[in-house]
Amino acid sequence: MPHVPVAIVGAGHCGLAMSRCLASRSIDHVVLERGEVANSWRTERWDSMRLLTPNWFSRLPGFAYDGPDPDGFMTAAEVADLIEGYAADGGAPVRASTTVRAVRPADHRGYGIQTDQGDWTADAVVIASGACNVAHVPAVREALPPQVTSLTAADYRNPAQVSEGGVLVVGASSSGIQIAEELLRHGRPVSMAVGEHVRVPRRYRGRDILWWMDAAGVLDERYDEMDDLVRARNIPSLQLAGSPDGAMLDLNALTGHGARVLGRLAAIRDGVALFSGSLPNVCALADLKLGRLLDTLDAWAVESGIDVPEPPERFPPTVVLSAPPLEVDLRRGEIRTVIWATGYRPDLSWLELPVVNARGRLVHDGGVTRFPGLYLLGMPFLRRRKSTLIDGARADAADLTEHLAAHLDSLARHGQVAATR
Amino acid sequence: MSVANAPVDNGVNVEALLGVRSALADTPDIAQFRWRATTSWLRGTHSQSSIETFYGFGEEQQHKTTFTYDADHPLQFAAQDNGITPVEYVLVALGSCLTAGIAAVAQQRQIQLRSVNATIEAEMDLHGILGADPEVRNGFSGIRVSYEIDADASQKDMEALVAQSQKRSAVYDIITNPTNVTVKVN
Repeated sequence: MPHVPVAIVGAGHCGLAMSRCLASRSIDHVVLERGEVANSWRTERWDSMRLLTPNWFSRLPGFAYDGPDPDGFMTAAEVADLIEGYAADGGAPVRASTTVRAVRPADHRGYGIQTDQGDWTADAVVIASGACNVAHVPAVREALPPQVTSLTAADYRNPAQVSEGGVLVVGASSSGIQIAEELLRHGRPVSMAVGEHVRVPRRYRGRDILWWMDAAGVLDERYDEMDDLVRARNIPSLQLAGSPDGAMLDLNALTGHGARVLGRLAAIRDGVALFSGSLPNVCALADLKLGRLLDTLDAWAVESGIDVPEPPERFPPTVVLSAPPLEVDLRRGEIRTVIWATGYRPDLSWLELPVVNARGRLVHDGGVTRFPGLYLLGMPFLRRRKSTLIDGARADAADLTEHLAAHLDSLARHGQVAATR
Repeated sequence: MSVANAPVDNGVNVEALLGVRSALADTPDIAQFRWRATTSWLRGTHSQSSIETFYGFGEEQQHKTTFTYDADHPLQFAAQDNGITPVEYVLVALGSCLTAGIAAVAQQRQIQLRSVNATIEAEMDLHGILGADPEVRNGFSGIRVSYEIDADASQKDMEALVAQSQKRSAVYDIITNPTNVTVKVN
């Protein structure tokens, strides 16, 4: 059975960033990839999807965008090409079409890795297989009446796939608002079930919101500085779309396009969908939070003395119907399809080590698990607010490489590893 | 003046609440609570409910005294008005839950409260409970809560306080979201 000091699971931007960091320290490793490099960008995105972050923001260790359109937003295929080029440039030791079946403690040291292309042992394993492998669907789906088609944001490809007639999009974060907008553009009547969400403008004072959040340090806020890390790790994705025109895609915009905005889907009882009466408050919370973010950015602009193209601006509050409907009968044919844009979860079913707690949450200290030499990358707020953005992999991979190298050194000092470096 | 530096005290022991939350990490079972009340019919629409015990933190618990509540209907309903109506208890529950939340959140955010007053109003169409129109629901068609708050905080901070209180309120959740209710006769 071959042995390698480090095995990285997943050749997406995280795994390849880690690979680049390890290579710069001459730490021998392999990157195990179930499909091709950037597999999920090629196979698990809807057709029109664009990256939420501008091109210039796709920074990776040893890579910066130098193309013609720094402020544009890549299509999923362009992201995949970027990642593939990055892997090729760095000569990353990728084993493609190699599906990891199990990772478990090895008999004597480190970890055993079982794949469909043979088994490995490794002193350290870096899990970079993604935070969004499976669509999370609330249990209420079980109560959908049979005449309604159920689709997840991960299944969704384009409007042609959705039956004619009304659509209920559950969830108003990044996926939900984009799918809703596309369906509205194709003439479908869309209702949206809206719970907690994070409202942000695409552009603010003449610059992209991510430019602001990056420059002001908001995206660099660290996991060990958070008062409430559980909450920080569970905040829904920003209400953003990679719209080339820079338009803000918030609930007001969707209402303007004809969407009917309803409360959170609380239950389906006897075929009737029941929506929470909390819609005014979740919208008020999102508006207040947006105001606080803009206050922070404006204050930073003054403090840093930078030149900003446009003066401060405040956005009108989210408009909520005075009495939004609390129920919709799903048996009447008004809603033909329900699309669940209710978040994603990692699939770590192959990991035979208890890295989750009793409540199903990953337990780690900034990507360092309690199993020596086992690391996580790319999870929500892993080490920084931006950990799930492409740019977040840069700093996180550098930090974890530091930790991992020290771990290998300590194994070597204890004579457990014969000169692997 | 030393007033500006006085510690914020809304009479809420936030440390104790946060202590409970961190204890939950090790012993999630202590979070399982059961609240209970007993109700006895007296006469007409007059009933009396008592509350004395609840289950929580892994064992049976007791209020420091037994609380009793009379419910009835007003004279205009040809009743004796021996107590407020059950639907008014819902207003009491919502107002007290949101207000407790405001005090707790204010304490945690270091906002000194001087006065907090809520007016809670709910609309109801009697066609529902009288069975006079099947299209009209029995319950409220809407609830409005209006707060007057005097505190060392900006208008925005007070709005955030009230919004956060709704977000963490049990009664707000119970009212805004469906709940399964099972009633049986022994």
